[in-house]
Amino acid sequence: MTITSDAGSDLTPQVEMVTVVVDGVAIEIPKGTLVIRAAELLGIEIPRFCDHPLLEPVAACRMCLVDIEGVPKPQPACAQVVSEGMQVRTQLTSPVARDAQEGVMEFLLLNHPLDCPVCDKGGECPLQNQAMTAGRPESRFDEVKRTFPKPINVSAQILLDRERCVSCARCTRFAEQIAGDPMLELLERGANQQVGTAVDQPFDSYFSGNTVQICPVGALTSAAYRFRSRPFDLVSVPTTCEHCASGCSLRTDHRRGTVTRRLAWDEPAVNEEWNCDKGRFAFTYQEQGRVTTPLIREDGQLRVASWPEALDFAARGLSAASSHGVLVGGRSTVEDSYAYARFARVALKTDNIDFRVRDSSDEEAQFLRSAVAGTAVRTTYETLEQAPVVLLIAFEPEDESPIVFLRLRKAARGGTRVYAVGPVATRGLAKLSGTLIPAKPGAEPAVLAELAEQVRAELQAPGAVIMVGERIAGIQGGATAVLQLAQATGAALTWVPRRAGERGALDAGALAGLLPGGRPLTEDSARAAVAAAWGVDSLPATVGLAGAELLAAARDGAIGALITGGVELGDLADQSLGRAGLEAAGFVVALENHHSAITELADVVFPVAVVTEKAGTFMNWEGRPRPFAQTFKDALVMSDAVVLGMLAKAMNIAVGASDVAGIRQELGALGAWTGPRAERPNVPAGPVAEGAHLVATWRALIDNGVMQEGEPYLAATAHLVAATVSATTAGALGNPESVTVTGPLGSVTVPLEIGAVIDGVVCLPLNSPGCVLYRDLGVRSGQAVTIKGAL
Amino acid sequence: MITTGLTPIITEHWDKPDLYTIEGYRRVGGYQGLATAMKMDPDAIIGQIKDSGLRGRGGAGFPTGMKWGFVPQNDGKPHYLVVNADESEPGACKDIPIMLANPHALVEGVIITSYAIRASHAFIYIRGEVPHAIRKVANAVAEARAAGLIGDNILGSGFSLDVVVHSGAGAYICGEETALLDSLEGYRGQPRLKPPFPAVAGLYASPTVINNVETIANIPYILDRGVPWFRQFGTEKSPGFKVFAISGHVVHPGIYEAPLGITMRELLEYAGGIRGGGEVKFWLPGGSSVPMLTAEHLDIPLTYEDMAAAGTMLGTGTPMLFDNTVSVVKAVTRWLDFYKHESCGKCTPCREGTYWITGVLEKFEHGRGTAAEVDTLVNLCSQIAGRSFCALGDAAATPYPAALKYFRAEFEAATSTSADEQFNPVASYVFAEAATR
Ligand SMILES: Cc1cc2nc3c(=O)[nH]c(=O)nc-3n(C[C@H](O)[C@H](O)[C@H](O)COP(=O)(O)O)c2cc1C
Ligand code: SF4
Ligand code: SF4
Ligand code: SF4
Ligand code: FES
Repeated sequence: MTITSDAGSDLTPQVEMVTVVVDGVAIEIPKGTLVIRAAELLGIEIPRFCDHPLLEPVAACRMCLVDIEGVPKPQPACAQVVSEGMQVRTQLTSPVARDAQEGVMEFLLLNHPLDCPVCDKGGECPLQNQAMTAGRPESRFDEVKRTFPKPINVSAQILLDRERCVSCARCTRFAEQIAGDPMLELLERGANQQVGTAVDQPFDSYFSGNTVQICPVGALTSAAYRFRSRPFDLVSVPTTCEHCASGCSLRTDHRRGTVTRRLAWDEPAVNEEWNCDKGRFAFTYQEQGRVTTPLIREDGQLRVASWPEALDFAARGLSAASSHGVLVGGRSTVEDSYAYARFARVALKTDNIDFRVRDSSDEEAQFLRSAVAGTAVRTTYETLEQAPVVLLIAFEPEDESPIVFLRLRKAARGGTRVYAVGPVATRGLAKLSGTLIPAKPGAEPAVLAELAEQVRAELQAPGAVIMVGERIAGIQGGATAVLQLAQATGAALTWVPRRAGERGALDAGALAGLLPGGRPLTEDSARAAVAAAWGVDSLPATVGLAGAELLAAARDGAIGALITGGVELGDLADQSLGRAGLEAAGFVVALENHHSAITELADVVFPVAVVTEKAGTFMNWEGRPRPFAQTFKDALVMSDAVVLGMLAKAMNIAVGASDVAGIRQELGALGAWTGPRAERPNVPAGPVAEGAHLVATWRALIDNGVMQEGEPYLAATAHLVAATVSATTAGALGNPESVTVTGPLGSVTVPLEIGAVIDGVVCLPLNSPGCVLYRDLGVRSGQAVTIKGAL
Repeated sequence: MITTGLTPIITEHWDKPDLYTIEGYRRVGGYQGLATAMKMDPDAIIGQIKDSGLRGRGGAGFPTGMKWGFVPQNDGKPHYLVVNADESEPGACKDIPIMLANPHALVEGVIITSYAIRASHAFIYIRGEVPHAIRKVANAVAEARAAGLIGDNILGSGFSLDVVVHSGAGAYICGEETALLDSLEGYRGQPRLKPPFPAVAGLYASPTVINNVETIANIPYILDRGVPWFRQFGTEKSPGFKVFAISGHVVHPGIYEAPLGITMRELLEYAGGIRGGGEVKFWLPGGSSVPMLTAEHLDIPLTYEDMAAAGTMLGTGTPMLFDNTVSVVKAVTRWLDFYKHESCGKCTPCREGTYWITGVLEKFEHGRGTAAEVDTLVNLCSQIAGRSFCALGDAAATPYPAALKYFRAEFEAATSTSADEQFNPVASYVFAEAATR
């Protein structure tokens, strides 16, 4: 599984090379390289604090001073660029550099407290380490240290011990340059200089945890991890984040069978060195509310059962049914999704399968089959960074794929123009210096069809990108219009789902009408090849039911048995349909790691592994496989694929490999489809709803998501839950402080905010505390609500 | 013996009560330099200032014409002139008097300079603690605007200029030119990383010239009276005249305008000598940031080059003189306390070094230093000098080694005897009665 993109190769600019000598060793490197990087290439480590390769240099800490021939004073290697013939001498060969570094280190330690034994950073601290390598054995400082009351909260999650701070400005530069959330600043001056925030404006950035990681001392800590352990007691495993389709590389640290923390891991091609706070802090769910044993329903009650009993029970129930359906929540690994796709076709002989247990449409399914599944990678994080223009539709990157947001921000800072089609210029769009192309919810297809000539022309430039989010499914004619725009302009079209499993499930064939590798089920040769690989004579040849149709069929009694894997009823816009479908289905087998509304309705429940208990792969939005290893090697919980394998066995059916290696081999052998693709959708735009107030909604990054449970500090940094409307709309409502928004199922009362929303639209979070739209109002994006000023 | 005469030029008419008004200034020939300049090609003005050899009066003595010449022309970007009127250096008190007494010389210089460097916006950044100077300059700008000398199409030349008087908020670091730019842009004043230099990317990332008040106040006179006239004063490398502001234990502290090259002994004589016929113990040619000298250096010409040869700097050209009543330990401690207080905190050596050194010096002041610390302090200063981010750190590392060079015994005595025991503090007060001496 490799990335097949060749985009960018012709973009490589000609670089001028210069030769510099560091400590007597010559190296040829591009002109403009920083001395500190040049030395790194030679394996010479110059000590540093403020330097960070992804931040603009400040040369503030002065730890990296080196001697440059012909320059009277030692120069900061982190800010000095190389020039032809430059002779650099570092601490290794220059007494001046060595002396300067020792001096700076001694100064840094003056006001640094002796906190090491109780400091989170102790054991992995650049200050400790460099004090050993570049410091004096003993300090000559005999005066009184400066102290501050410790610690202060810069947000609910991030704590600051000011006396530990070395004023490197990494955190403040990260906040300003990378995240675009400049709520952290250095305040005061001299030895009283300290990091802080404005009164009443905490550092509620979605990316705040990165500052803890890049702080070169223990000044910034997280409430979640503070005082939890010493780094040398932890076992570290490289992992992939399970929360979204950005696909961050993470490092999971654990101790005694418990995850203690997660860090962003270095992956230049994907997340660089960053991640979001959800990926960093939301992992306590893994231990809470777990299903621990198989359960079977007896006399209407679930009871604990042994594995053989439950497998037998499930096998008999499934075999007895004459029609089946499979629902896979969007969080499965590629391997598990593949196991579901294969189990459906081979064991259940059905094509009724869908991974989109959320707002979906047939048009979306056609779009995914024809234009996304199994396609070669065209847009990557790297090409995004080079793109002249990026158009966003039904996609709010900061909330829905935060690392896409960070890379877009990097791109925008480098000159990429960003447009967003929709009803709201979000705060994320503002941070991308983006332009809103206004469209009422539901009117996006019409707006795309009549896009200004100038934008169209921009989209024709090589490298232009159109990014469409999964919310396009809720816009009738949306996917059709996007495809037409991409075709007309030649811009690369890329689909960014929210959940980590969706892109992989699509390629694994966990969607009706689609076999692994993007193979259309309706293509005879594709079917034959997959049947052969799976060792069966034939596969179902007619496209099965998916989405709401599948649930409606279940509700109408047309589905004898359902298998669900990681499904959440609350994800469905029409929750009564989901509940009715599950209740009416003759027999429900649930593979779940947590107790939920689904397990309450199931006839058999099998406990399955969470990400730490299994290996697997998530495919991120790029189509890039992000494999990960098992964190807890001795975990006894089985993956969905293994449970499905056992179930097949209990049904006396052979389904092939259930282990990760075996499945990867099967998938790899199948490869991607190069034959004819499924039909593109051709759906006319739907009507825009009538009503004074139409809803625009999406899921906030930090919200009620079940995988964020048990992390109160994270939850406390969520953005304000409010109804956001334009000033005109607010004025028409009489500018109340709060409003009551009412839909068919009920109302919510939330604060009113004025924002860059088009008139007649109210923007509400989809699933946040006090505002759960599907459940509380019964509305989805584009539908009308009534709003009244609340008392 | 005095051989060099005073040369009141900028200060010539300071006895006229209405010099600060546009009429008063015009009556003594004001705005004639501007009239001349507006008939010239901007490049010719830059050439003339280059030829004059005028050097910056803000402390570093950088050639002014050369600085203007660095501004890229026809680059399509706006250009800015920023006047550094933040005068906060201990001992420096020349820009504020110029702004109080002769603000139109500054304003005229601003207009000419802006025209020369093709700036249509000029900013005068004035130290916040001197509202009386701010009012005078703001008034002069308003008068010039009313007279059509600022605004659109000045004197029918097609050149337009807006001048903004901006008040600082009391930070010494905001006199450092790049910190000043940050402050002017509304940020926290901390020096910027160079390159890019302000001439290329200064205010709002556009080409910017930053000059001292006195530098700019020189411009109208050079334009009006010409290069040969200007070069008759001073030396080859330090041409022109200087507004020397003399303070300390002299009989008549104040402003003395004289050609560069005059000696301290001559200036001291103009200032009536040390009070009570006393002796100079130590003196600093230009603010607390330059190394101190002693009585044996009184005959060295006050030029950029001669001061450098003597191991110090002309700096702001505002000599401070101290007589024998003063404890050098105490003086150095006060200066370091100032630098500690004003260190912006950005870089480690200055931020931490000033904190440490001040603590040690306070012990010396109270007679509790140790012999080892006398030398440790030298080492600490050497860890700051040349290693800090901006020149404030270098300045902070200056007083102690210079003082130690001449007065080591006093620091050694301070390991057992407090400064106040060594020198009765009352005796050093300017208002001390002769009886206490
Ligand atoms: C800490 C510090 C404070 C300074 N304060 C002033 C000041 O108050 N006024 C001034 O003209 N220059 C000051 N300077 C010098 C300026 O950085 C700059 O060199 C000067 O304004 C240039 O003007 P000139 O070329 O006309 O001398 C200061 C420099 C430093 C490092
Ligand atoms: S808190 Fe940490 S990252 Fe921020 S300035 Fe201080 S030392 Fe640097
Ligand atoms: S951006 Fe997505 S993948 Fe990365 S840490 Fe956050 S939730 Fe995880
Ligand atoms: S030397 Fe460093 S700490 Fe001192 S004022 Fe300059 S930048 Fe700030
Ligand atoms: S690492 Fe170079 S100055 Fe901080």
